Amino acid sequence: MTARSIRVTAAMVAAGVLATGAAACGKPGGGNGGNGSGGVRDSLVVGIANEPETLSPLLGYGKDGNSKIFDGLLRRGADMKLRPALAASFPKVTDDGRTYTFPLRHGVTFSDGKPFTAEDVVFTYRTILDEKTNNADKGELAAVDKVTARGDDTVVFSLKYPYAPFAERTVLPIVPEHAAKGQDVNTGPFNTKPIGTGPYVLTGWSKGEKLTFKANPDYWGGEPKVKKLTMAIIKDDDVRATRLRSGDLDGAILPPNLVKGFQGDDSKTTITAKTTDFRGVTLPTGNKVTGDTAVRRALDLAVDRDAMVKSLLEGAGRAGYGPVPTDSEWFAKGTERPHDPEKAKKLLDDAGWKPGADGIREKDGERAEFTLWFPAGDKLRQEHALAFASDAKKIGIRAKVQSGTWEVIEPRLKDDAVLAGGGNPADPDFDLYNLLHSSLALDGFNNMAAYKNPEVDKALEEGRRSGDKAVRKAAYDKVQHALADDPGYVFLTHVDHLYVMRDNWKDLTTQVEPHDHGLGAGPWWNVEDWQPKR
Amino acid sequence: MARMAGRRLLAAVPVLLVVTFAVFAVAAASPFDPARVYAGGGAPGTGQDVLDQLRHNLGADRPFAARWWDWLTAALTGDLGVSTTLRQPVAQAIGERIGWSVLLCGTAFAAAVLVGTALGVLAARRRGGLLDRAVTSLAYVLEAAPPFWLGLLAVWFFALKTGALPAGGLTDTGSDTVTAGQVASHLVLPAAVLAVTQLPWFVLYVRQGVGDALDEDPVRGARARGLSERTVLLGHALRSGLLPVLTLIGSRVPELITGALLVETVFSWPGIASATVDAATGVDFPLLAALTVLATAAVLVGNLLSDLLYGLADPRVGFDG
Repeated sequence: MTARSIRVTAAMVAAGVLATGAAACGKPGGGNGGNGSGGVRDSLVVGIANEPETLSPLLGYGKDGNSKIFDGLLRRGADMKLRPALAASFPKVTDDGRTYTFPLRHGVTFSDGKPFTAEDVVFTYRTILDEKTNNADKGELAAVDKVTARGDDTVVFSLKYPYAPFAERTVLPIVPEHAAKGQDVNTGPFNTKPIGTGPYVLTGWSKGEKLTFKANPDYWGGEPKVKKLTMAIIKDDDVRATRLRSGDLDGAILPPNLVKGFQGDDSKTTITAKTTDFRGVTLPTGNKVTGDTAVRRALDLAVDRDAMVKSLLEGAGRAGYGPVPTDSEWFAKGTERPHDPEKAKKLLDDAGWKPGADGIREKDGERAEFTLWFPAGDKLRQEHALAFASDAKKIGIRAKVQSGTWEVIEPRLKDDAVLAGGGNPADPDFDLYNLLHSSLALDGFNNMAAYKNPEVDKALEEGRRSGDKAVRKAAYDKVQHALADDPGYVFLTHVDHLYVMRDNWKDLTTQVEPHDHGLGAGPWWNVEDWQPKR
Repeated sequence: MARMAGRRLLAAVPVLLVVTFAVFAVAAASPFDPARVYAGGGAPGTGQDVLDQLRHNLGADRPFAARWWDWLTAALTGDLGVSTTLRQPVAQAIGERIGWSVLLCGTAFAAAVLVGTALGVLAARRRGGLLDRAVTSLAYVLEAAPPFWLGLLAVWFFALKTGALPAGGLTDTGSDTVTAGQVASHLVLPAAVLAVTQLPWFVLYVRQGVGDALDEDPVRGARARGLSERTVLLGHALRSGLLPVLTLIGSRVPELITGALLVETVFSWPGIASATVDAATGVDFPLLAALTVLATAAVLVGNLLSDLLYGLADPRVGFDG
């Protein structure tokens, strides 16, 4: 009797648990957010990997354009060419490239109904340049001396020196003075409750989960067709892929190995965005081994870039010979270096680096070895570092691969190599000057290799000062040729960014993307212009 | 009982002081640089002058003891300071998130205690039996399984294969209003995964406690007196077998918090746990200190609670903690 009653109780408990489970399963999950199949396609849910810390352009949000909530004076099209946005037309450049005058568009209002004026532009730039503003990217505006309003509809920038790519920086979003003033710019409510002139209005930000937007009905460029936009923040690649597959997301950024899983799926398309996102190894001049031009050239020839693209990037990328990608109009044709380990060995032999007992070369008692760091946790950089070390070993140079945080790596940059990454597609000056100009040697994350080449310095200055594109092209050609003769870095690859999208929209495009990809990069860079497929 | 609670709360004050001071000291000794983390780290373009300016603005160039003192005196007046990683006041950041974490942890914890106790009693009833072996080995397997992996498995099965439950988030991804129904359906998976990671401890402790109690004289005496098996099991054995579980409740709190961290990440749950990691790696002193106080308080309260429950459940134990 007693044993039986226990068994009955157990069975009942088990049944109860199962019933509860079944009931939970039976509930409508509601996981299919966004567009139900066949419904009106006016909403879009995308999965992104990184959450912005702030939505305030004053602290750096949207500095490269496409911020959705805001507009800049200018913006870039799919071809990366600038066109006017809040500016009525392109700026007039006078005073030998030192003064930029922007006429402003009339009749634009912020999403709170207040009009946009020249004072808002002045406020935005002045606040960013203010010492007390914690904007880590303010160095990008280092050329700016003064910003002034002339009347309600004209803004004048005075530069400290002629700076040809300055217009590229004015894609920076403009904030309303009336909403952002009078609060702590670093921590105030404007950081989470932004107001802008852009095509979308923020409706909610559940930190760590998602950002939601609705179309701005009064957008000066016309109300967007995609009425509702959700950016779900999903840090883990596998979870993002899973939620895309479950129908929870309409699109997401994914690493190449996970994209493969979607190739048999007819309802999804894979979109590849070309980038200027490079991976390369710094060759510090302070190190006796990597500072030797023969070693630098030999390493540059010894790496098998095509193999890296094929195996590390699964084909989603290109061989890189410098910060400027091979398909850029700024690329100096003829500076591609073929994979030639034999020539590399000969270079080393001729320079006196003779193989030692263990196969590692030596010269004057110095062993051809150096440490190569990569930031801990970055799998792609780790793989690049290991591939580089393996190629280097084949010509008798030993790169000891180690991982660490940037705090550990940074003080060692003078002597040790690091697997670096970066890239801004807007103008060659942005990457080349920061990476190569000797005045920026070991200055923060600028010129981490302490590269020093007077000829390159001169060409870099020419390139940024001249307003003539042909002169600039010639200057950057010179830089790239010099880099081939005396590599300060061994550039390895340019990494494509891959997106998988539900196939609901017409003519999706991508821009050439930078190293950082925030909310604005991806096929949804121009979501305000999308038209549904009928 | 009230005296014990009062004494414990008084003792908590120096503990919290020491813990927060230690947090500031350890964070200051860590290799992380607030300015560098703030700037994003590793990308060319941020020069030394900007980094120095950031460091100064963030107060990172001041000694940690001074920063601790400033933080403490401000915190006593109710000003918790400003989070540098989240770019908003600490009180606001915590206020926005903590409710969701408490909901997740509370649900998971309650489920783990209830289901764990039930399974433990059933297993103890016939030690060595089929059910016991099944439950015990399952418990050992689950104890070894990382929460992260369990979470992915749950997403794969319930969201992908069966489509029964949403894969993540607090509400449907496309929706921007928070309704109770949506939160409930989104809570099921993360809470279940978190509960499952906590479950083995309760199952094994209850099984052991109840099993031992069944062999003890009072229980055998009760049986000999001809009391029903049900009364013996639930009235006698369970009551004394539950005592170790009550202490367990207090000591499981820290593990619950770390478990929540992983589960919140897998399910994009907008709780406080993920902010904790960012605060730590970002050397975000104000947020880190506030979160440490919260976590310490949770552990202290958990211990107090289990001692109180212990005293209530077993009259032989006094309240003289």
